[in-house]
Amino acid sequence: MGVGSTAVKQVGGAGGPASPTRARPDSADVRRSAWRRRLSRLDTRVTPYVFVSPFFLLFLLVGMFPLAYTAFVSVHQWGLLSGQGDFAGLDNYRRVLEDRYFWNALRNTVSIFVLSSVPQVVIALVLAGLLDTQLRARNLWRMSVLLPFVVAPAAVALIFGNVFGDRYGLVNEVLQGIGLEPIRWHVDTLASHVAIASMVNWRWTGYNALIFLAAMQAVPRDVYESAALDGAGRIRQFVSMTVPMIRPTVLFVVITSTIGGLQIFAEPRLFDTAGLGGSDRQYQTLTMYLWELGWRVRDLGMASAVAWLLFLIIVVFAVVNLLISRRAGALRGVDG
Amino acid sequence: MNRRPGFLVYGLLTAFVLGSCAPLYWSFLVGSHSREVLTKRVPPLLPGGHFWDNAQRAIDAVPFWKALGNSLLVSGTVATSVVFFSTLAGFAFAKLAFKGRTPLLVFVVATLAVPTQLGVIPLFIVMAKLGWVGSMWALIVPGMVTAFGVFFMRQYLVDAVPDELVEAARVDGCSLFRTFWNVAVPAARPAAGILWLFTFMATWTDFFWPLIVLPASNPTIQIALQQLQSGYYVDYSLVLAGATLSVVPLLVLFVLTGRQMVAGIMQGAVKG
Repeated sequence: MGVGSTAVKQVGGAGGPASPTRARPDSADVRRSAWRRRLSRLDTRVTPYVFVSPFFLLFLLVGMFPLAYTAFVSVHQWGLLSGQGDFAGLDNYRRVLEDRYFWNALRNTVSIFVLSSVPQVVIALVLAGLLDTQLRARNLWRMSVLLPFVVAPAAVALIFGNVFGDRYGLVNEVLQGIGLEPIRWHVDTLASHVAIASMVNWRWTGYNALIFLAAMQAVPRDVYESAALDGAGRIRQFVSMTVPMIRPTVLFVVITSTIGGLQIFAEPRLFDTAGLGGSDRQYQTLTMYLWELGWRVRDLGMASAVAWLLFLIIVVFAVVNLLISRRAGALRGVDG
Repeated sequence: MNRRPGFLVYGLLTAFVLGSCAPLYWSFLVGSHSREVLTKRVPPLLPGGHFWDNAQRAIDAVPFWKALGNSLLVSGTVATSVVFFSTLAGFAFAKLAFKGRTPLLVFVVATLAVPTQLGVIPLFIVMAKLGWVGSMWALIVPGMVTAFGVFFMRQYLVDAVPDELVEAARVDGCSLFRTFWNVAVPAARPAAGILWLFTFMATWTDFFWPLIVLPASNPTIQIALQQLQSGYYVDYSLVLAGATLSVVPLLVLFVLTGRQMVAGIMQGAVKG
């Protein structure tokens, strides 16, 4: 702060001929200072809006307008190359809802999402609990768990696509090595979901553990002391005190991972070479379905209908999450 | 918890960290063996001597250097722009009085929950109208300022800049922009660094939007990776050498700034 204030004083000093003006007022100077006052008042009034306007302009342009315009496109016939066609009413929605691949994609998306979010939150909580101790080389451990986060989803998908290879894959070689049957990771629906979910889990668990860790460190230490006096063991303390106390943070992580998880694209897209989600779309997700309709089938009208449906699904999921966690909180008698 | 951790804690943590490293090591392992070794069985557990051969083949198979240049250009520009505009708006929301400040800030926070990715179709139509499909403008312009950035900088600047300092600068005749530049920017530096890092990484790793707007001849790194794996037969020693290579830039960034990344995630969690 000391440095900052001297800098300001120097700046003030540089704009300095204020005092001579005051000593010898003539009409030109008075006019100039009135002009300056008006300018300064304008500055105070208007400049804040100028400062915040880039965000609002850009959001209008690339956030709000596209979402609204998606609705417009979705009620028209609209080809990728031919552009806007006739008004179609809800026809695009009807065609989407009658398409079995839409329901297939919805099932896959939800299945992959559940397989990736539930274990991820549980493991991240445990990991945060382990990190919330007086470790040696604390920063090194924290950095190490974050390592997967810097690997881009596309690279993760290529690596895991190989690790989970149906033939010569590492996992299957290990399974056969211990006398088990190999699993057809790219063919069986559930197996492919497990493989794809494991990519998400690998990349995000450490990241979420650090968020939980931060919340855990904000829990007052004397709470633990009194619990220890009451004879609660460390695992007991963790399950019945630490986790409930950081419930708002858990909810935050669950909701953000819902918004991201339901839009999953790169991992299933790159899990095989064709990029359509398997020979029978075993792992085609909603965003992949949207992409296929828009840029393969070249039907932007139908793709827009999918975008709106996906938007609604995300909202429903977020609200349900919120309600469940409220309910859980009410049952426990704590509310965050 | 208060007691010193025992072997169990260190053991579990070590297992987790090994799991975090294993896929990367595997990628390097496969990328360092010749194709012939791989078609027979899982490679031996030590790296082979073919990494540079495989990497060279990967670089030749796709426009690798162009992709690297594009990724650096887009991620660097977007990150710098996000930091500038977010600090500007964050300063106004934190320290300046103006009509409608609170509702506007609430609006910014609300937009955080809007999955704007779902607006890709109109965005694509707009980009096509502007003639930006296939160019880096289509990646840079939509990302130039984010709600998260504005909110993040606002939260930081509320505490980091004392009100008296802003007033003193005004009394001394500084314009608001000058006050911003001389008072807020120096104070914002730690948070700005973190915001820059995370924006850079998010832009670097983005896949969906670049796949839609970029042609095969002018890709980013992520799109070039996708091209490596196209075709009926997949040569994994080539693909994973490429994947390993593509991880290097962010890995270097991670080694240099990992502590700040950890601090950033933990701060964001407490404040957000």
